Amino acid sequence: MEQLLQQIINGISLGSIYALIALGYTMVYGIIKLINFAHSDVYMLGAFIGYFSMTTLKLGFLPSLLLSMLFSMILGVVIEKVAYKPLRNATRIAVLITAIGVSLFLEYVTMAIAGANVRSYPPLTGILTESFNLMGITITMQQILIVTITVVLMILLQFIVKKTRIGKAMRAVSLDSDAAELMGINVNSTISFTFALGSALAGAAGILVGIYYNSINPLMGTLPGIKAFVAAVFGGIGIIPGAMIGGYFIGIVEVLVSGYGNSMYRDGVVFAILILVLIIKPSGLLGKNTREKV
Amino acid sequence: MKKTLAIILILTLTMTIMAGCGASQNENEIRIGINYELTGDVASYGQASVEGIELALEEVNNAGGINGKTIRWIKYDNKSDKSQATTLATKLMTQDKVIAVLGPATSGAFKATIPEAMKNKIVVASGSATDDSVTIDDNGVKEYAFRICFTDSYQGTAMANFALNNLSATKAVVILDNSSDYAKGLATNFTSTFEAGGGKVVATEAFVSGDTDFNAIITKIKGESFDVVFIPGYYNEAGLIIKQARNQGIDAPILGPDGFGAPELTELAGADALNDVYFSSHFSSLDKDPSVMGFIESYKAKYGKEPDQFAALGYDLAMFVIDGIKRAGSEDPVALKDALAQTKDFKGITGSFSMDENHNPVKAVVVVGIENGVHATSQRVEQ
Repeated sequence: MEQLLQQIINGISLGSIYALIALGYTMVYGIIKLINFAHSDVYMLGAFIGYFSMTTLKLGFLPSLLLSMLFSMILGVVIEKVAYKPLRNATRIAVLITAIGVSLFLEYVTMAIAGANVRSYPPLTGILTESFNLMGITITMQQILIVTITVVLMILLQFIVKKTRIGKAMRAVSLDSDAAELMGINVNSTISFTFALGSALAGAAGILVGIYYNSINPLMGTLPGIKAFVAAVFGGIGIIPGAMIGGYFIGIVEVLVSGYGNSMYRDGVVFAILILVLIIKPSGLLGKNTREKV
Repeated sequence: MKKTLAIILILTLTMTIMAGCGASQNENEIRIGINYELTGDVASYGQASVEGIELALEEVNNAGGINGKTIRWIKYDNKSDKSQATTLATKLMTQDKVIAVLGPATSGAFKATIPEAMKNKIVVASGSATDDSVTIDDNGVKEYAFRICFTDSYQGTAMANFALNNLSATKAVVILDNSSDYAKGLATNFTSTFEAGGGKVVATEAFVSGDTDFNAIITKIKGESFDVVFIPGYYNEAGLIIKQARNQGIDAPILGPDGFGAPELTELAGADALNDVYFSSHFSSLDKDPSVMGFIESYKAKYGKEPDQFAALGYDLAMFVIDGIKRAGSEDPVALKDALAQTKDFKGITGSFSMDENHNPVKAVVVVGIENGVHATSQRVEQ
């Protein structure tokens, strides 16, 4: 029982990261029907910005978090303007291939500048190194921090999407971008804003992974990116609460497979889930079946 | 017309070069070839090895050489490239007429030069090619290939003995990197030796290179009772496993192979987590053996820095071949090969060793202990 609880805590920490990344995938898909493969590299760059902010600039954790979210936000908007906007009316496959190109570009430019070797975050100090023991269960301060920041960011995101004018615009564009434009909504700036939001969350996930696992490298985004994509599909791609649920679900499943099965099957099980979802309910857990009109 | 002229020119040039080589033969010197990675990916291995080799050869020459003959070494840079290493080995054997070729440092490049050694019947010897299959293949031992470092999987045996005898452990957990042959060989040897010695491996967990989250497997093993954890793998993942294990309150000693011997291990795990961690090594500068201290002193005097394990292995490699030439009593490559194969109780600074029938040394492993992130202790574990 203790072990199960401990494993679930491990799973929630891991799931928070997947959920943060999955939100970016799902929001961009919701608004322009594009799987933004470069998203996992925004997450990687978020981790690197956090690293340079904490080592070179010697900033603390919170300023570094904000800096890396800000940088990721700008990066997301630049990627959208440079790579995707000129292709707004092109075929979907063209945009998809561009996304893969941007992803590889970011990975290898980072590798050329920062080197391919693994880097470790500076040692944490003060309260971040503490851990608690509750009835045989160990919870580290870093795990609490990850979950807290994730939950705060999600509440903030829900507030923006549901309660603000720009959130209303996002929902309108996602529903029908032509009709939204006719109603006087600036579709281009709404899309940019969506990229900015999603990328900021990925940047936050990057720096959280940096302090939690203490190990970053230019290709660190690949596997978590794909798993976050699975999480987004599981929850129903394009649906924000679905991405959160999917992220936590994938995190906990991974940990339980390692903990009670064989850790070698962990990644296999995640992708088996993707295949099952696509066969049984392609619209995902929270998705509605929409009938194709002819 | 131009073409014929070009061919004649090339032929003339080639003949001049070959004549030049033939002319520089000298009766009063013994030639040894050095074929190492002086630039490229693994240049740090090659440079350190060559520094150790040159130190040894200079010492031999200063002491009067071998039977009144001085040693001349011909040094080439294979640029960390396998095909370049093979070309240079051939050149050393056929043009420079060396009696033995030292190097390359890595298993892959060293293996690539062995067919040339067999063809030309010239000894090749490496100080640091640790891959299990270097000196033998399906046809048995490769007669002209030698190494003076223990093999990768032998470290598994040594660490199992260390756990049983020095730490009095009876139950162990193995967490292995399932994506590398190096780690798999280590895990197999550790498990069989540990269980043959009366211990029991209570759990074996696996990960793949590049993983960062080990909390699930750590929580899983936390439910078992065990005395030591053995992590066959490289520092990238091992550092993170140690950090996460110590965070979850696992304070049993952690053992590892020479893949732990990098400063990055401390950065990844954090100095606080690196207590009671032991790894096998070829050499430790903490060793208090008089011959080791003498080597460290003369190395520092010549190069102005601490020797690492490659420098120590390079030094031993050169001394091992010199010892073989002395015992062979002639400069006949076949006699040298036989003398090297019969090496008994050679006293090196990386431990004394004898050659087994597979041209692998039977030698002690140095186990380095880490406390608070620094290498604090070192002890030799005999077979």
